[in-house]
Amino acid sequence: MTQGVKPYGDTMNDGKMQLSFTLPIEWNEAADEAARQLAVNMGLVDVQVVEGRKIATGFSFFVLYASTPHSVDVDNVKASPARAHAMSMEEVDAFVAENVGRKIRVAGACIGTDAHTVGIDAILNMKGYKGDYGLERYHWFEAFNLGSQVAAEDLVRFTKEKDVDAILASQIVTQKGSDVKNFTELVELLEAEGLRDRVVLVCGGPRVTGLLAAELGYDAGFGRGTLPSEVAAFIAVTLAERLRRSGSQLFA
Amino acid sequence: MELRIDQTSVDRCRALSGSIVAPVEAFIAAHSTVSVERAVLRLLGLDGVGRDEIPVPNVVVESLATPVLARGIALAIGKMVAETGLNPAQAGAAIAAGELDLAQFGATPDEAARAALAPHVEAGMRRLRERRAERGERLERLKQLPPPLLYVIVASGNIYEDRTAAVAAVEAGAQIIAVIRSTGQSLLDFVPYGATTEGFGGTYATQENFRIMRAALDEASERAGRYVMLTNYASGLCMPEIAALAAVERLDMLLNDSMYGILFRDINMKRTFVDQHFSRTLNAYSGIIINTGEDNYLTTADAVDQAPAVLASQFINEEFAHRAGMPDRQIGLGDAYEIDPGLEDGFLFQVAQAQLTRQVFPDAPLKYMPPTKHMTGDVFKGHLIDALFNLTSVMTGQTIHLCGMLTEAIHTPFLGDRALSIDNARYVMNTARHFGDEIVVKPGGTIEKRAASVLAGCEVLLERVASIGLMEAIEGAFFADVKRSPDGGRGADGVFARAPGYLNPFEDALRAELTVPA
Repeated sequence: MTQGVKPYGDTMNDGKMQLSFTLPIEWNEAADEAARQLAVNMGLVDVQVVEGRKIATGFSFFVLYASTPHSVDVDNVKASPARAHAMSMEEVDAFVAENVGRKIRVAGACIGTDAHTVGIDAILNMKGYKGDYGLERYHWFEAFNLGSQVAAEDLVRFTKEKDVDAILASQIVTQKGSDVKNFTELVELLEAEGLRDRVVLVCGGPRVTGLLAAELGYDAGFGRGTLPSEVAAFIAVTLAERLRRSGSQLFA
Repeated sequence: MELRIDQTSVDRCRALSGSIVAPVEAFIAAHSTVSVERAVLRLLGLDGVGRDEIPVPNVVVESLATPVLARGIALAIGKMVAETGLNPAQAGAAIAAGELDLAQFGATPDEAARAALAPHVEAGMRRLRERRAERGERLERLKQLPPPLLYVIVASGNIYEDRTAAVAAVEAGAQIIAVIRSTGQSLLDFVPYGATTEGFGGTYATQENFRIMRAALDEASERAGRYVMLTNYASGLCMPEIAALAAVERLDMLLNDSMYGILFRDINMKRTFVDQHFSRTLNAYSGIIINTGEDNYLTTADAVDQAPAVLASQFINEEFAHRAGMPDRQIGLGDAYEIDPGLEDGFLFQVAQAQLTRQVFPDAPLKYMPPTKHMTGDVFKGHLIDALFNLTSVMTGQTIHLCGMLTEAIHTPFLGDRALSIDNARYVMNTARHFGDEIVVKPGGTIEKRAASVLAGCEVLLERVASIGLMEAIEGAFFADVKRSPDGGRGADGVFARAPGYLNPFEDALRAELTVPA
């Protein structure tokens, strides 16, 4: 049986962690105790409130250190396969040339009311991100950057008209789950139009994880720090795999 | 601290901006837009919504055919007022209710219309003056702390939650509260009505939301013993109307950029140029400080490369503002701390740019924006980057200081994030208050050389823009690598040429009272 892993402070398995939060109560010494008990209620032990103070009338801020009695079995944790195919731009282009044999058409947009294109621009624009060129620069990709505040209907219509192979939906700013709502709306619309299985569907944004993407019915999700070549490689490999499978069905 | 800068080059940049803006001003003077006309109605007292929640000013403007509208909505309303004896607000309500048709009063002589309108125009102007005087009285009595003025945003999407957050921020030391606007609003061709309790990315800029927040901040100001300023956003399709509403509800600042909507929201450039002019004329008279949006150049492209474009945009924004009758003390030009934290000596570049801006625009209340582009989920590093941003701001004498949030790029700020952010700024600015006064910039060093190269790059860019024209330069993607055509973009159909006899009585009254360069 695998040994569970606990947070590491300065000694193996001490379980030390820090947390901070605001409570909507006036600060006094009882407030510190309230913060401590809250942490105890979370299941933490050895709780120390190292900082507690008033930040406004009726609001107090706390910093705590505590130990968790829990552990995690890391051997049974699955991560997103999205970044599994590390390739450079040249390698992706060569891969597409060989395995797809035509340009891959990619449409990207900031969907819903989100006007923050920093993510989609980093992936699609020629310049790219951190010295990694964007998809517009790839010889074997044709990239369409639809920009900000694109309605899901418009993105789906565009996908149909241009026979798009892959969709990148971006959500930077969220509020009370608006990003998840917008991502869901896009998937549902694609399904309703019978397009879902024809496209490689990718979501991106600072809160996106592989797990969230899978839950929402996307092929992959890319979070902060993603490089354009990682997205390009995922699209290329996934599309090639689909073509191979549908091809083999034809000959079956 | 003082940089040695080439003053001839600065003068040349100003002259170039003058020649860049002049032809656009000629276009502006010959045109109006539906949003300018709706602002005129709002200043005359029209308010409220009609059927399907359509704002009364929209109903009234849309009720006229373009050739009639081309003489100005004021003329049409003036005729109706002269004929019916209703006041403009009652006239608007009657039109919205479908009881009267604005077009039916066309035969009334223009002179009768002007005369009937005159007292209502004066009442509108008086209302603006009163609100301005009220601000002056409060600022006198409730002195602000010295700049950099700490500015934080509230963005819950519910104006009542925002109010709680704003009051808490004032207690923590905030001097300016900006209510973030719902992200889609810049593209709406009307101003929504009423209080917002469920907005996305913010609340709508509505008169009611303005009023709710102003009342809360006035109370908080009295308790804190210092005047707290209120900010909202004008840029978008309704710049003039939002300027009118902000004036009436005594907002103190408005985001108002002469090119932001064109470049970053794909709003038609002619629409934006005409709209920004009338909105800034109103802002000027209302005593509202504008905040320009140069930070956007830096968040969308590399901050080191874009520095000359930022300075060029500041010159152009300044020129447009002067032409609208704005004094320097109301022109809050934007800059931002967005250089990649991994770049060696990046801090020196930031100081160079901030100090250059300070010296080139000595009387402008510069607006300094915090790092956003390179902020990650590492809140600890983020807090540290914010501290260096705070240091740069206090060293270089910035005026309006947008506090950086350690949780930038994660969520819209929590109440606790805001408190930590203000604490950070207060600590750094207090401990280094007069640091800038003690420093001599090394002649020929990295900072001086960087500032010189940004200024030189700006002059080259302005020369190129001047040689082909501003609209053509935007079409050629000179700014932010974004290409926009003169007739493309949203809101183009709301621009029209003024017909002979065109009347905008507020424009006339405002221009008579403001100093506008010839």
